[in-house]
Amino acid sequence: MARIKQRAIELLSDGTVMRVIGWEKGEGNCDWSPALFENAAEMENFVYGDYAGANLSKYCLKFNRQEGKTLVVLKPCDTLSFRQLLHEHRIDREKFYVIGAGCKGMKDEKGGLLKCSACKGKEFEVYDEIIDDEEAQKTTALMDRMAGVIELEKMTAQERFDFWRGELSRCIRCNACRNVCPACSCIKCVFDNPASGVQSKAPVTDFEENMFHIIRAYHVAGRCTDCGECSRVCPQNIPLHLLNRKFIKDMNELYGDYQAGVGENERTPLTSYTKEDAEPGIVYERGNA
Amino acid sequence: MQKIGVFVCWCGSNIAGTVDVEAVSEAMKSVPGVVYSANYQYMCSAAGQKLIADAIHEHHLDGIVVASCSPRMHENTFRKTAEAAGLNPYMVEIANIREQCSWIHKDKEEGTAKAIVLARTAVAKLLHNKPLQAGTSAVTKRALVIGGGIAGIQTALDVADAGYEVDIVEQRPTIGGRMAQLDKTFPTLDCSACILTPKMVEASQNEKINIISYAKVEKVDGFVGNFKATIRKKARFVDETKCTGCSLCMSKCPSKKGKDEFNMEMNNRPAIYIPFAQAIPNVAVIDPEQCLKLKTGKCGLCEKVCTAGAINYKQQDELIEREYGAIVVATGFKPIDPSPLNEYGYADNADVITSLELERLMNAAGPTKGTLLRPSDLQHPHEIVFIQCVGSRCDENTKRGKPYCSKICCMYTAKHAMLIRDKYPDTKVHVFYIDVRTPGKNFDEFYRRAVEQYGVDYIKGMVGKVAKEGDKLMVRGSDLINNQQVEIAADLVVLATAIEPDPTARSIGTMLTASMDTNDFFTEAHAKLRPVESPTAGIFLSGVAQGPKDVPETVAQASAAAAKVIGLLAKDHLVTNPCVAYSNELLCNGCSQCEKVCPYGAITYIEKEVRGPGVREVRRIAQVNPAVCQGCGACTVTCPSGAMDLKGFANKQIMAEVDAICL
Ligand SMILES: Cc1cc2nc3c(=O)[nH]c(=O)nc-3n(C[C@H](O)[C@H](O)[C@H](O)COP(=O)(O)OP(=O)(O)OC[C@H]3O[C@@H](n4cnc5c(N)ncnc54)[C@H](O)[C@@H]3O)c2cc1C
Ligand code: SF4
Ligand code: SF4
Ligand code: SF4
Ligand code: SF4
Repeated sequence: MARIKQRAIELLSDGTVMRVIGWEKGEGNCDWSPALFENAAEMENFVYGDYAGANLSKYCLKFNRQEGKTLVVLKPCDTLSFRQLLHEHRIDREKFYVIGAGCKGMKDEKGGLLKCSACKGKEFEVYDEIIDDEEAQKTTALMDRMAGVIELEKMTAQERFDFWRGELSRCIRCNACRNVCPACSCIKCVFDNPASGVQSKAPVTDFEENMFHIIRAYHVAGRCTDCGECSRVCPQNIPLHLLNRKFIKDMNELYGDYQAGVGENERTPLTSYTKEDAEPGIVYERGNA
Repeated sequence: MQKIGVFVCWCGSNIAGTVDVEAVSEAMKSVPGVVYSANYQYMCSAAGQKLIADAIHEHHLDGIVVASCSPRMHENTFRKTAEAAGLNPYMVEIANIREQCSWIHKDKEEGTAKAIVLARTAVAKLLHNKPLQAGTSAVTKRALVIGGGIAGIQTALDVADAGYEVDIVEQRPTIGGRMAQLDKTFPTLDCSACILTPKMVEASQNEKINIISYAKVEKVDGFVGNFKATIRKKARFVDETKCTGCSLCMSKCPSKKGKDEFNMEMNNRPAIYIPFAQAIPNVAVIDPEQCLKLKTGKCGLCEKVCTAGAINYKQQDELIEREYGAIVVATGFKPIDPSPLNEYGYADNADVITSLELERLMNAAGPTKGTLLRPSDLQHPHEIVFIQCVGSRCDENTKRGKPYCSKICCMYTAKHAMLIRDKYPDTKVHVFYIDVRTPGKNFDEFYRRAVEQYGVDYIKGMVGKVAKEGDKLMVRGSDLINNQQVEIAADLVVLATAIEPDPTARSIGTMLTASMDTNDFFTEAHAKLRPVESPTAGIFLSGVAQGPKDVPETVAQASAAAAKVIGLLAKDHLVTNPCVAYSNELLCNGCSQCEKVCPYGAITYIEKEVRGPGVREVRRIAQVNPAVCQGCGACTVTCPSGAMDLKGFANKQIMAEVDAICL
């Protein structure tokens, strides 16, 4: 932490950047939240370490059109979201100074984060410099990322339906999942837009939450980097990552392995057409399998 | 509140037979927004249209729903009716209660219930319709013909004759296509070259026709009337403007191991060659795989002997960009490779040949100078077996060949049999067939002549095995009429192999977004009524690219395609479809997802100051070029925020339709 902090203060002082997006301590010991630092004095509260789970890339949206550069501290998996936002032309690379921060897996008050148990590796997709204070080992994922999806796939359609109805019935529509999601970055979300017809439609039946989540999952399909933030922030502990991972697994199987936010290619499997693409009938065939 | 009229058509008994039309028009009366509802025997008739026009005037309707056949049939008719009666033509919705209802239901009660839902759905959509104005776009008065076989040549000649420019892009070094490889042609048995080459010459001499040979179309952008094609003209290492076609270079070239494609690779040709004597353009081409100079840097003999100074080893591919109003696909066919069909032993026996190879063996410019000699030992064959339907008419599940009939094989096999019997009367000729199919003017007479006059032995049945024994080919098959197995010791076996579209057809189809069937033949806009148009506007079909056919049929279709092209190029402006996409700049993220899925490249981006309630900032915004947009709607469903919408098929309209069906 010390080196990141020191470097950030340096860059602030020499005018390279005008602000820093990082973390600060909250009320509890384990409760660190994203914060903005605009000068060396404010940087006193900057922290990095075990509880810096939050993915800061989405906050870049706010500063893209502002004067000067913004420093953002990103963990390896956070850089995928950053890259995806670059692909979608939502942020400009030259507006940000990215410090890649080494990470050996994050925690909260209950222990290791769920998203970290399926760690996608320690490579930085985008960075200006890497500061590996933590001397993070090349840790391997603790579990197969798709294990939960495979369990769901084994269920009958009715069991699966019941499972999701059960899970989603707990949703209180606090919108935390959407608000934290770096893919859910629309200037005006359809669910906040009375004219969209979607917003008014959702609340009329008990299918509301399901509708919300299904629509959201479709909107982020192909763009979701599986950063795991939605499940992390959900106060109702709904396993939203399973929904997104199902899409990822299907896309991998139908169009070849793909990780959103990796590489230079802006096209996702769902926004590119090749002659080898699966025909739409595949949905029917799989449904019958 | 809008005033909507609903008009339910009986279509004689086509609809009224399975849909209670009276009940449908009655039910519509209670649908919110509907102020008038009627039914009539034929809405598309003059009387039916008058009924609509009168109702529009009398009830001051501001929109109409016609519950009738598919919009593909009469949407235009009713739009014109409405327009004449003072309504905006886009305030017309069609409920398809024929193709999507009466024709697919047997039970009248079910059919009626569904027709009511479909009509109600159309009303729900219409309540959100807005009047739209069609724009116009200019037409580039030039046509592109892809493929220079007889089909492409004929289309080009006819279009040029009407005074329009035509470019023929041909992938091979010469135009002519398969017909150039044929010896004689049925049913008149005139020499193929004698009737084809005058047309080739005519094309090359026509000022309006520009032949771009040894080239391929790499990219096509744009839309009907305004296509833009990128054509790659491959380096032939010979300057077309200088080469006189003297062929001196060919005789001097020391590399002689190139396979002569024109002669079905039955003999070799030099690295520098002119495919055949009457090639157009009559210009040599260097095969870079065979040329010693290009491969090793040593040789250069052709450059030394060429008096015209036409050789240029440094020539590069050339990219040509041109605009066209119409595109004709005339990519033709190739015979399938029969090697995988083991029973015929094609891969293992030199004396098992395809019919196209036989054409070359009988042709004076062929590898044997026109004397029929079998490939293995160059002896006269005395007993010849023809096998028809090789790889045609196969059970799709066995994946052993094509499911379709190749159409031309019965006739050319009769032709071959007859020509051989005529020239070599000492030769016995047998033909194994499943059916002999010879409809067509003078065709059956032609086949009967083969049997009756020339004594060709036709055996109904399939061949099970062709095996080499000594210098004979033992052909075992069944004779279904005499119900016995037969075995013939043949000197030569000729396979009437199925034909399939040129291997490049699929990529051309994708490039043009022209639809194809599962066999890669291009599909027509309507199997009966629009046989030479592709469903994609501005794309026309000519020759075997659309389906197997012989020369007379190819030429007829080629001229038909030309007529359609001329009809298009004769227009100065085209009315554009106003149902195009547009983005709401207050909602647009500038994320480029729509641009990536747009198959027509209609979407671009600008940086723009966006102003709205509480908003004033510069943003990256999607913009649709309405002249390029085809209204496919791909962008609207990709856009997460709903910024992209389609006029005439707005998200709201679609949602209203879904609601009307589900609620
Ligand atoms: C063995 C045999 C015998 C026959 N005998 C007779 C007969 O006696 N009488 C008769 O009426 N018919 C006969 N036919 C049928 C006749 O050959 C066809 O009807 C005719 O050749 C069809 O012409 P086409 O222009 O459609 O196709 P093609 O002749 O195949 O011409 C297509 C042209 O397009 C070019 N091309 C393909 N793809 C591209 C691309 N992507 N870009 C640029 N150029 C491309 C090809 O190189 C070719 O030059 C016979 C056929 C066979 C196989
Ligand atoms: S739910 Fe859809 S519309 Fe809303 S923010 Fe997410 S992606 Fe955008
Ligand atoms: S965070 Fe959880 S409770 Fe809140 S909207 Fe998302 S799923 Fe529902
Ligand atoms: S509707 Fe959208 S995707 Fe389709 S052509 Fe128009 S702009 Fe392109
Ligand atoms: S997909 Fe939608 S939000 Fe994204 S650029 Fe296109 S119109 Fe704008």
